[in-house]
Amino acid sequence: MGSKWIKIAVYLSAGITFAALLFMVMFIFIKGIPYLSLDLFSWEYTTENQSLLPSLLTTLIVVGLTLLIAAPIGIFTSFYLVEYASKTSKFVSAIRMAVDTLAAVPSIVYGLFGMIFYVTFLGFQYSVAAGVLTSVIMILPIIIRSTEEALFSVSDTLREASYGLGAGKLRTIFRVVLPAAMPSILSGLILASGRVIGETAALMYTLGTSTHLPSGLFSSGRTLALHMYVLASEGLYVDKAYATGAVLIILVIVINSVATLLSQTTIKETVK
Amino acid sequence: MNKIEINQLNLWYGQFQALHDIVLDIPENEVTAFIGPSGCGKSTLIKSLNRMNDLVDHCQVKGEVLFNGTDIYRMSDPVSALRKKIGMVFQQPNPFPKSIYDNVAYGPRTHGIKDRKTLDTIVEKSLRGAAVWEEVKDILNKSALSVSGGQQQRICIARALAVQPEVLLMDEPTSALDPISTAKIEELIINLKKNYTIVMVTHNMQQASRISDQTAFFYNGRIIETDRTERLFTRPAKQQTADYVSGRFG
Amino acid sequence: MQYNDKLNLKKLDQDLITVNKKKKKVQKIGMENWMKGIFFMCAVFSISSIVFMIYFIFSSGIPFITEYGVARFLTGTTWAPSNTPGSYGILPMMIGSILVTGGATLIGMPIGILTAVFMAAYCPPELYKILKAAVNLMAAIPSILYGFFALQFIVPFMREVAGGTGMNMMTAMILLGLMILPTIISLSEAALRAVPRSYYEGSLALGTTHEKTVLSVMVPAAKSGIISSVILGIGRAIGETMAVVLIAGNQPIIPDSLFSGVRTLTTNIVLEMAYAQGEHKEALIATAAVLFLFILMINSLFLYVKKKRG
Repeated sequence: MGSKWIKIAVYLSAGITFAALLFMVMFIFIKGIPYLSLDLFSWEYTTENQSLLPSLLTTLIVVGLTLLIAAPIGIFTSFYLVEYASKTSKFVSAIRMAVDTLAAVPSIVYGLFGMIFYVTFLGFQYSVAAGVLTSVIMILPIIIRSTEEALFSVSDTLREASYGLGAGKLRTIFRVVLPAAMPSILSGLILASGRVIGETAALMYTLGTSTHLPSGLFSSGRTLALHMYVLASEGLYVDKAYATGAVLIILVIVINSVATLLSQTTIKETVK
Repeated sequence: MNKIEINQLNLWYGQFQALHDIVLDIPENEVTAFIGPSGCGKSTLIKSLNRMNDLVDHCQVKGEVLFNGTDIYRMSDPVSALRKKIGMVFQQPNPFPKSIYDNVAYGPRTHGIKDRKTLDTIVEKSLRGAAVWEEVKDILNKSALSVSGGQQQRICIARALAVQPEVLLMDEPTSALDPISTAKIEELIINLKKNYTIVMVTHNMQQASRISDQTAFFYNGRIIETDRTERLFTRPAKQQTADYVSGRFG
Repeated sequence: MQYNDKLNLKKLDQDLITVNKKKKKVQKIGMENWMKGIFFMCAVFSISSIVFMIYFIFSSGIPFITEYGVARFLTGTTWAPSNTPGSYGILPMMIGSILVTGGATLIGMPIGILTAVFMAAYCPPELYKILKAAVNLMAAIPSILYGFFALQFIVPFMREVAGGTGMNMMTAMILLGLMILPTIISLSEAALRAVPRSYYEGSLALGTTHEKTVLSVMVPAAKSGIISSVILGIGRAIGETMAVVLIAGNQPIIPDSLFSGVRTLTTNIVLEMAYAQGEHKEALIATAAVLFLFILMINSLFLYVKKKRG
């Protein structure tokens, strides 16, 4: 194959990739932003006005609660795996393999599990509790993996320096390792919440799709992504679906920028 | 006869001027050695002889480098044609993660040779030329990364010879090797100059005095002195050169 | 006497200090152990919840499969839960998943790898920052958005081109081909960037062009990383649900052409789980178990490639 053809193929592929992305984003923005009216942000969802505010707030509630449970458990698990457990232990490598596998399991499997176990077996019904607990199991592998990577990237010389000054393990972890790894851990948490925000398959039959703001842990609601799924599959309010899509993309862009900024601060600090 | 003539060459990396008014003739079928302290510009100059400095961002060149009478910075041929004629051996042996055979055959294949028999001949000739044939002839299909550093470096030399260059540039070819491998490569260089023009950068002054015919002493991006090797090492014209070759240099 | 008292006081002071020190040490060690215990409990909780989920899926799925008949379940071509008795053959869905994933890989792999080559070896640094952010965005866009876009754009397009509803296997392949691009691009790019620069320079010094060097030195050197990226892309494609359910037609039949509707293992679960009861519900869990096995196989392949490289 001639050099010229290779070059053409490379440029063409890159062109297709980025044109497709740009086209998709613009397509949804152009069709969605004109319908972003104030009505869409009213407190009540009615059959006349499919407000997205309840689902936006539900999204925040679900993401917040999920992180509240999953973040400490996930981060502490990584502490144990990286800082305490013996590096060569078979147990740890088995755990690591399980975590890697779980990160690859499709969300629908989590959804099915959540529906049968939480919704039916434990009798939670479609509820915030069932949705959140399902999301927790779903993002635990993501949090554990990213935190582990963050902890590994902290140089051992820092730990040794702290031990050398007579600090204990705990103090070393919280005062030396954690601050150094914090930006990467945070950006991992943000990406994990991105997964919950975009999730539909795992939440549809756990959180349910009620149009109202949930009144408690055991009441149903819908996240923005679910709201969009319902609008899209019903096919009745396509304009609203576009508008919701635009909001969703904006949310994702914000989340991604924050995560990128955070990971860049880590790079800068390590360079220093 | 001069293979390469350098006239008033100045080179900048961004704002920093790395080479000042370099003037140097490189005679055919001889070994020319560049010596001098680290950061003095000798590696920069050797890289500008086959335009590897094109890879550095914001690198700017003024002046001429004549190869067989043509200025390599103003020629009409693509730069790959130049690099085919002026081969290069690097400081760290850098074989590709392929078999020994494929490493040596890589260049000829790139330049359009597909016939297996011809390739076999080229590979053997090049490996013989690089004095490593006897050691690797039975393991040609093994990864080039599996042999010793000295053998890797000679495979890299064979890889360079396989494209039939006229000039070989060697940027500290033995600095990463043990003494025995170094001796083998030095011997090889002396043999190679019958057929090739060789330019080498070295930190090792004994090495320069053992194998080169002409030596250029660099300091702060300038050539301080160029002369026949035996004269430069025994009766240097400049005080700075005398200080450096006698090891009195700070 | 006074002198003695002073001495005693000093001694008392010292005793107090040692006692305090001991106490502090005891407190510290207690805290250390406590926290270690908490960390350990968290690890146990994470792992057991994960293991529990795997156990749950298999322990509810496998009995159904053995009862219904392994062969009947895996090679049956009729999926009709509402028949009496219901028939639960998932072959159409398995074939659907494999075909759709295969097609998506055929589309996404070359485009993804070549885009990664562009990112690693062609892209000017100013543009790179933007494109890198674009790839990250592409990875983070929720699947429902991809699905909606496909429903609103690719489906009508297909309707024009191929007739019918436009919801068919080809639509699903294109959509999934697009969705696996970010996975393939970012991991392949990382693999290409990990290739030592000396390989690149070594090849250029032999008079090879940039293009040839990239194709015959860098890509082979990054081979295992690139293969891993494709495997992960395949994993993403086979697991995708909500985007596919919107646009694939969802008929539980073995597709006979690129333009026939298709149902995958994932969509089979999501379409019916809302109302499935008894045997039907078990059949869906069994479908999830089969899907899980697919993922396990893909993942072992990934680990194998990774190990071979390391």
